Amino acid sequence: MVPLIGRTLILLSLLAAASGAIIAFTAGSRKSVVGALWARRFAYTYAILISSANFLMIYALIAHDFTVGYVAQVGSRATPLWVTISSLWSSLEGSILFWGLVLGIYVFVATWTCRKHYPEHLPYAIAVWLACGAFFSFLLAGPAQPFHTVLNPPMDGPGPNPLLQNHVLMVLHPPFLYLGYVGMTIPFGLASAALLVGRLGHEFLRPLRTWLLLPWTFLTVAIVMGGWWAYEVLGWGGYWAWDPVENASFLPWLTATAALHSALVMERRSILKGWTVTLVMASFLLTVLGTFMTRSGVFNSVHSFTQSSIGPTILAFLAVSLVWSVLILAMRVDHLSAEGQIDSGKSREGAFLANNLLFVLFTFTVLIGTVFPLVVEAVKGVQMSVGSPYFNRMSVPIGVALLFLMGVGPALPWGRATKQQMIKALVPPIIGGVILLAIGFAVGARNAWTLLALFFGGYTAQVTLREMWLPLVQRMKGGAGIGQALVEGQLVRGRRRFAAYVVHAAVVVIIVSIAVSSTMQQSTEVQLMKGQSAKIGPYELTLQGVETVSEAHREGVLARLSVTKNGKPSGEMLPRMNYYAMSKDPIGTPEVRTTLTHDLYLSIMNIDERSQSVGLHLIINPMVGWIWIATGVMALGGFMATWPTKSRRNEAILRDAAQARGGEAVVES
Amino acid sequence: MSEPVMNEAPVSRKNASRNKWAAVGALGVALVAFLLITVSGIGDNLVYYWTPSDLEANRDKAVGATIRLGGMVKPGSIVGGKNGSTLEFDVTDYKSTVHVKSNGVPPQMFREEIGVVVEGTMTDAGHFECNRLMVSHGNEYRAPKEGEHPDVKELIQSTEGLE
Repeated sequence: MVPLIGRTLILLSLLAAASGAIIAFTAGSRKSVVGALWARRFAYTYAILISSANFLMIYALIAHDFTVGYVAQVGSRATPLWVTISSLWSSLEGSILFWGLVLGIYVFVATWTCRKHYPEHLPYAIAVWLACGAFFSFLLAGPAQPFHTVLNPPMDGPGPNPLLQNHVLMVLHPPFLYLGYVGMTIPFGLASAALLVGRLGHEFLRPLRTWLLLPWTFLTVAIVMGGWWAYEVLGWGGYWAWDPVENASFLPWLTATAALHSALVMERRSILKGWTVTLVMASFLLTVLGTFMTRSGVFNSVHSFTQSSIGPTILAFLAVSLVWSVLILAMRVDHLSAEGQIDSGKSREGAFLANNLLFVLFTFTVLIGTVFPLVVEAVKGVQMSVGSPYFNRMSVPIGVALLFLMGVGPALPWGRATKQQMIKALVPPIIGGVILLAIGFAVGARNAWTLLALFFGGYTAQVTLREMWLPLVQRMKGGAGIGQALVEGQLVRGRRRFAAYVVHAAVVVIIVSIAVSSTMQQSTEVQLMKGQSAKIGPYELTLQGVETVSEAHREGVLARLSVTKNGKPSGEMLPRMNYYAMSKDPIGTPEVRTTLTHDLYLSIMNIDERSQSVGLHLIINPMVGWIWIATGVMALGGFMATWPTKSRRNEAILRDAAQARGGEAVVES
Repeated sequence: MSEPVMNEAPVSRKNASRNKWAAVGALGVALVAFLLITVSGIGDNLVYYWTPSDLEANRDKAVGATIRLGGMVKPGSIVGGKNGSTLEFDVTDYKSTVHVKSNGVPPQMFREEIGVVVEGTMTDAGHFECNRLMVSHGNEYRAPKEGEHPDVKELIQSTEGLE
C-alpha cells in the first residue's frame, strides 16, 4: 500500500512540476495575470506533493515497512530513531527524494514571499524552479525510484552505511549541504527571470541577494561540517583533503561568495549586473556538477556510497542547464545595461573587483585540478588523481591575498580615495598585523605563509573591528545611549553591514586557524602494551587496558588511556573501534580533546583485546577548535543578514541608498 | 567583466578604448600566466593509480613519482612491523610483485591476502617506499581472472578516506 501511494505522489509531483513549468513560462512571456496565479498554485502543489512523499517515506522508515524498496535497502530494526530518520538521506534514492523535499520547501517559501512583488519576474522564476523540480521528480519516478514494492519483504534490513551511523554530525551535514546546494536553484531562477524580463533593478536585487545569501550560509556550514565530520570520524587527524567531493561543495561556495560581493557593487553603483547574474548561474551549474561528481561514481571518495548509474542522466541535466544559461546570457545580457561606472581602482569597488577576480581564479584552480584526472582518464585511459600539494600551492597564495583584500576593501571609501584618505585608512591596521605576527612568532610559527597569514589576519581583524564599532561610536556621539545605539545601529538599520563584518571577523579566525593548524601539527605513531606510555607535547598517555563494550546496534573495542598534562592527572581518553552487525570491517572512532589552543587527537590503528595492545596515532592540532566556533559565528552573521527587514524600514534603507547614489552622482558631475 | 571598465563620457572615449584594450591585454597575459602555473602545478603533483604490473611496465617513470599502488598482500611475505620496526611485505596482482617497505604502524585490518593501497614512490634500490598504508574495506577485492585487468580504481574506491 505504502509503495503505491508513494509512487502516485511522485508521479503527481512530476506532473505538477512539468505542467506548472510550462504554464509559468507562458504566463511570463504573455504577461498574463491569471497565468501567474496558476503558476504560483502549481508551485505550491508541487511543494506539497513532494513533501508528502517525503513524510510518507519517513513514516515507512519509522514503521519499518520493509515492503518499501528503500526501507528494505537501508532500514534496520536495531538502529536508534535518529539513525532511522537520517536513513532518508543515507543512500541514493532517499537522498534524491530528500532533495525534492528541500526544493519543495524552498520553492514554496520563495513563491510565497515574492507573490505580491515582481509580477513580471516571478512567473519566469517559477518556471525555472519547477523545471528543476520536474527533473528530480523524473529521477524519482524512474532511475532512482525509492518506492518500488518488495514482493517478499525481509524481516529486517541491513541499516545504513556504518560510516554514517558512527557520528551525529552525519545527521546534520547532509541536510545543511542540501539546503545549500538545492537552495542555489532559487537565485538561479531569479537570475534567469532577470535576464528574460531584461531588467535587474534595485527592487529585484533584494530577493536575489536574500535568496543567494540563505543557501550560501547553509553551504558554508555544510562544508565546514563535512570537514568536522571527517576530522572526528576518519581518524587521519585532518579536516580537508581536497577530495573531489569536498571540492565539489567548495566550488559553488566560491562563485556564490563572489556573487554576494559583486551584488554589493551593483547595489551601490548599478554596474556589474551581467557579471553578478553570470556568477549566480555559475553557482547553480557548479552545484549540478557537484551532484554529478558525487552521484555518478566517477571519483573515488568517501562519498562513494551514493553512487549509481544515474550519472549520465545528471550529466544531461547539467548540459541542458549549461546550454540554457549560456543561451539566455548571450541573448539577453545586453538588456542589463550598466547605469553607473567605476571612477577609480583605488576605492572600495576597486577592491571588490580584485576580490571577484581572485574568487574566479580560485574557482578555476580548484575546478581544473578536480576535473583534470577525469579528462585524462577519458582521453588516455590512465587512472590518476591530482595530489593535494597542487591545491595547497595554488590556494594558499590566493587565500592569503583574499584575506588581505578583506582588510583593504572595507577600509577604503566608495568612489575615489585621495592619497591622504588612503594613508589614513591603510596604515593604522599594520599595528594589528604586527601584533598578531609577533604573537605567532613567539609561540613558534616559522612557516613564511603562516606568518604572512597571521600578519594579514591581524591587519584585517583591526579594519573589521573598526568598521563594526564605528557606527556605534557615531550614534553614541549623536547622543544615543549605548543600548539604543547598539540596537538601532547594529541590529536594525545597520544590520546587514554589521552582519557582513561579523562574517568577515569569523573568516579571519578561520583562515588563521587553518594556516596555524596545517603547519604546526605535531604527530607520532606508537604501539602500546598495557601499562606502557607515550608522550606528545605536554601530554603523557598510559594504556590502562583494552575493553569490549556492547550496544544495541554495534560492538566496540576501546582503549582506556589515562592522561597527564605537564605531569598532572587530566582524566581519561577512550578512542575506540566499532563493529556494526551488518559490516565485517571495523570503523575507528578517534577521541578528540578540544581546548582553546589545541586539540589532542587519538586515533586507533590497530587494537587487540587478548594481548591488551593498541597501535595509536597521536596528534596535537593547534587551533582547530576555532574553525568550528568561527563557523558558528559566520552562520549567525549570514542569518542575521538574511533576516527579512520590515518593508517600511526597507523603503527607508532604499531611500538612503538612493540618496547616497544621488549624492555621489552630484560629486561625479 | 568588460562592462564596468567602459567609460561613456564622450570626451574620453578615445582614452577609454585605449584603456579597454590595455585591460584586455593585461587580462590575457594574466590568464596565460595563470594557465601555465596551473598546468605545471598539476604536472608536478600527479598521483598515479597503478597495479604492480603497471609499475613494472613504467619502471623508469616510477622512481620519484607519487604512486598509489593497489594489489593484494602476498601470503607469507609480511616481515616485521612490531614495536616500531620496519614493516616489509609484497604487493601482488598475481602477475607482477612489488616489494614494499613501510615505517608506520599497520592498520587493524592489515593481514595476508587482503587488498591494500600503498602510497609512496619507487626507490633506486628496487623497493617501494610507502608513506601511507590503506586497507581495502568491504573485502570485495578478488584475484583477477586470467587476462583481466585488475581494477585498481575499484580497490582504491573501497579504501580511500577510510584508512
